[in-house]
Amino acid sequence: MQALNRVLCNLQTYWLIVTGALISVLLLTVTNAITPQLFRLAIDRGITEKNLQVVLYSAGAMLLVAIGRGLFNFGQSFWAEKASQGVAYDLRNKIFDKIENLSFSYHDRAQTSQLLTRITSDVEQIRLFLGTSLVQVVSSIVTLLATSFILILMNWRLALISLALVPLAALILGNFLIKNQKVFGLAQERLGDLNGVLQENISGVRIVKAFVRESLEMFRYEAINRDLIQVNMRTISAIRNTFPLLFFLSNLITIAVVGYAGIEVINKRSTIGELVAFNTYLLFILQPILLIGFAAPVIAQAAASAERIYEVIDTPIEIKDSQNAIPLKGCIGRISFENVQFRYPGSETFAIEGISFETKPNELIALLGMTGSGKSTIVNLIPRFYEVTEGAVRIDGCDVRDLQLSSLRSQIGIVLQETRLFSGSIRENISYGLPNATLDQVIIAAKSAQIHDFINDLPDGYNTVVAERGVGLSGGQRQRIAIARTLLTDYKLLILDDSTSAVDAQTARQIQAALDDLMHLKKCTALVIAQRISTVRYADRIILMDKGHLIAQGTHEELMINSPLYGSILESQMQRGE
Amino acid sequence: MRAVTPLVGADHKATKQLSTLFRLLAYLKPYRKQIPIALMFVLYGSATQAIGPFLIGRSIDRLVDNGSEAELMQILVILAIIYISGVIAIREQIYRVGHIMQQVLAQFRHDIFTKIQSLPISFFDRSEAGDLMSRLINDVSTLNQAFGQTVAQMLGQLFTLIGIIIAMLSIDLRLGLISNLIIPLMLITTGLFARWARSKFRITRQTISEMSIKLEEGIGGVREAQAFNHVPLDIQEFMVLNAANRDANVQAVAITSAFLPSIDLLNTLATAAVLACGGYFAVVGTTTVGIVTSFLIYVQQFFRPIQILSQFYTQAQSALAGAERIFALLDEPVVLQDAEDAIEMPPIQGAITFDRVDFGYDTNRLILKDITLHTKPGQTIALVGATGAGKSTIINLILRFYDVTSGSVKIDGIDVRSVTQASLHRQIGLVLQENVLFSGTVAENIAFGRSNATQVEIETAAQVANVHEFIVQLPQGYRTPLGERGVNLSQGQRQLISIARAVLVNPRILILDEATSSIDTRTEVLVQEAIDKLLLNRTSFVIAHRLSTVTKADRVLVIQQGQIAEQGTHTELLLQQGIYANLYAMSLS
Repeated sequence: MQALNRVLCNLQTYWLIVTGALISVLLLTVTNAITPQLFRLAIDRGITEKNLQVVLYSAGAMLLVAIGRGLFNFGQSFWAEKASQGVAYDLRNKIFDKIENLSFSYHDRAQTSQLLTRITSDVEQIRLFLGTSLVQVVSSIVTLLATSFILILMNWRLALISLALVPLAALILGNFLIKNQKVFGLAQERLGDLNGVLQENISGVRIVKAFVRESLEMFRYEAINRDLIQVNMRTISAIRNTFPLLFFLSNLITIAVVGYAGIEVINKRSTIGELVAFNTYLLFILQPILLIGFAAPVIAQAAASAERIYEVIDTPIEIKDSQNAIPLKGCIGRISFENVQFRYPGSETFAIEGISFETKPNELIALLGMTGSGKSTIVNLIPRFYEVTEGAVRIDGCDVRDLQLSSLRSQIGIVLQETRLFSGSIRENISYGLPNATLDQVIIAAKSAQIHDFINDLPDGYNTVVAERGVGLSGGQRQRIAIARTLLTDYKLLILDDSTSAVDAQTARQIQAALDDLMHLKKCTALVIAQRISTVRYADRIILMDKGHLIAQGTHEELMINSPLYGSILESQMQRGE
Repeated sequence: MRAVTPLVGADHKATKQLSTLFRLLAYLKPYRKQIPIALMFVLYGSATQAIGPFLIGRSIDRLVDNGSEAELMQILVILAIIYISGVIAIREQIYRVGHIMQQVLAQFRHDIFTKIQSLPISFFDRSEAGDLMSRLINDVSTLNQAFGQTVAQMLGQLFTLIGIIIAMLSIDLRLGLISNLIIPLMLITTGLFARWARSKFRITRQTISEMSIKLEEGIGGVREAQAFNHVPLDIQEFMVLNAANRDANVQAVAITSAFLPSIDLLNTLATAAVLACGGYFAVVGTTTVGIVTSFLIYVQQFFRPIQILSQFYTQAQSALAGAERIFALLDEPVVLQDAEDAIEMPPIQGAITFDRVDFGYDTNRLILKDITLHTKPGQTIALVGATGAGKSTIINLILRFYDVTSGSVKIDGIDVRSVTQASLHRQIGLVLQENVLFSGTVAENIAFGRSNATQVEIETAAQVANVHEFIVQLPQGYRTPLGERGVNLSQGQRQLISIARAVLVNPRILILDEATSSIDTRTEVLVQEAIDKLLLNRTSFVIAHRLSTVTKADRVLVIQQGQIAEQGTHTELLLQQGIYANLYAMSLS
């Protein structure tokens, strides 16, 4: 509920619209309340007294009131929706802004699909609450109060009879909602299970057929299908036990009112017009109760959604500019690790421990080691994607924590292990890091990355649109586009996470050539996570990692002599054919 | 009971909708006897609601005529009895209609599943298949929502509306005609609003999808964004799309917000007309106060059914669009059925022959061309080649997941088209790299191909597959649930379980698609060992990604553009100095 309060605070930005909606609600209630009085006037003063003029006047007045009612009704729902759209817009921006700025350690643990749900369904849930349910609840309460007041003024005995309906109907409806929510959740769950089996049978169709499982899968599916009928029938039973009863209650009150008021009319204590007006007001009592009842689950869901949303919004950004961060200017390219320890959040063991080394400007360093030895961790600490647990990472003697993030990262060129492309043209993808690059610049980068010929052969050349995530391009092509992307940026430090194991040998050779260009075209200090022996041979220095420790460093020749581990890694790579 | 935006359905040709509707109605056939009874209750329930205002009007006339209290009470008692019987009828109606609809929906879901199972594998290979399937699941839910619980209510409202119209016309023809004039006006208004809203909501759908793509990319590519200082730009771009979506929605909402007030206005127009005309008739003496009162109540009851029906119209439209897609699926041709005189595949020795096999989805673009090969029982064949060269197609043909375009595939000299698919598949084991696990326990997943396997047999298979140790460490051991709501396993562990599954069926022929992506070194060793054990003494086809698999194979087939470019043992191929030798050399250079 606290989270829901915070959501409501967001309405402050749109106070003018909200006020408009609230005033519309009030005026709508007034116009609603007038109509039955016009009935009464027309019947008592007009029809009964055979005064045609009064009849026509009341009919005309009724039309005028209806126009007003239409306007206020429109104002109420439109402004409520408009405010809700505004709040949804603000919330989405806030969440997106947060997600984009949260550090890698957060994203390592968060699931993309879950974050997407926050920003789409959860925000939509809140929007639904603000745009529809909130205004329904407010107007229902106002209507209920106003109607009760008028009924009591008109005839307090009759009013008491009809208002007895309110608690009774509320009780029945509340009971229904509480019971049905569980069953409804169960039905959703069953439907999810059913679709799960369907999905499995679609994506795993080969396995199902190869293992001759068709009939058993059918059996499994049918069991859940039957179950779903059962659960659905339970919700239907709940509806059956509730809504006819509610209708009956309102019918019963009508009979009571007509009966009681009828006797009053016979005894000349009341008029027919009053009876008709009273009967019309009864409609205004039942409707609000139903509306509040149906708004209740929406509110509950909105509260849950609000909590999930604020969980993201409230997550502290671990890595950001310190208060007196300075820009990194004219980077020379001296990277130093001073006794660095790092532990991934939630992990108990250190990923790297006691790492110390320093690069010379323009040195090419190869990092070598088994999977999980800490190579990627080392390179991720340089652009400050993660914060060191202990020790320090310095660039040109300056702790990365004292540098402005954007200036630090703009001097570092990175080719990540998993290459991700974005929907848009190939040109846009290559100029990702330098959005205003000219086509010539893009082409030069593509040529160096050995991908120009491929792009040129495409029907639309550089304007060819890449599908989401680069679907349609092979792993090798994606990787070379990523290399071109990095080539275009103005890097002084280069980080390569070179994983090309999943491509064929010819592509691997092209990638290798592209990487060579990347390292030699610009003067830079390069750290390469090496998979290929050829890369290691070119390196000025090789850093050998094992289980988070720096075991040995030196040139290929030195390590061949000094390090038995180096020899065995080389051998195993040769055997695996990489 | 979620609030539904009225008016906004999917845009579709009316004729097509009609035929879809008729096809849906055909599902009601088995309930020929139950439907009339259910409809009777619907009719009765609606009639009781329609008759109420008339009796109230009658009782008012009694009051005007200075009737006695007894007479008033008499009418009210009749009214009470009618209402009580009405409530009972409505209860019955909700339950009976609901029951029929649930059966129908279940039958619908059953048909979908049966169809999915009988579709050829080639259907699932089509690029749009995945998309279709995700929509299908959505469509089933939409249908469930639209027709599951609300149909009874809708029918009730519709009949009530008809009942009211009949009641009005029979009580007073003139007043009835005047007030019913408003109904076509309401329908026209609804249609107009629907058209406006549709075009606006088309824009909102567009903006939503643009925003979602940006979102997905922004979140998925957050590492790139941070590495390339792209975050501010991303946020800016998102805000633009977000604002476009908001504005489109506000414009669309302006229309839907105007809809109900407009209907309400028309309704009041009818009320005022009844009041004016009815008042005039009453003053002139051609009608009574009671009748005017009845009409006032009736006219006000127009509003709710029309409001609810317009909401249902929206739901029903998207449900119909969903049903249309489902019917399109149900109409997909089923090929690859067993031949009429198909025999049981006798116990397989393991000699596989491809005799001049061509294969292609259409004959102009062959995926496999003139494949001829013969394996002896027990041999391991490694398939090597680039992605898309045709390796998977070859193994799919052995399983007869597709039928050859020309030529034939024979096992032990028997054409695979002449045996039942079940008897063929039962003797072939398949280990794939993706989509291999199903929801259910670890044990159930291992016993996937032999559901009557004992616990001992399952554990033995797991031991052979080097996965037993791992399984017993899981929180519930062999009973640990897997799948969406269960434990997440690493790729290596999934592969081990799928190896254990193949071990358990003890197939004569084994087909293995080696994992491409790297798995951690320790698991890698386990997988390698398990595969070696699995391949022993079986005819196996392996789509190979590991050098060690290739060097150990009895024969290596190098597939290039749908043809066998080279074949022989590893050593022979190296000596040929051809494609394979080149591939091998490059992978080590």
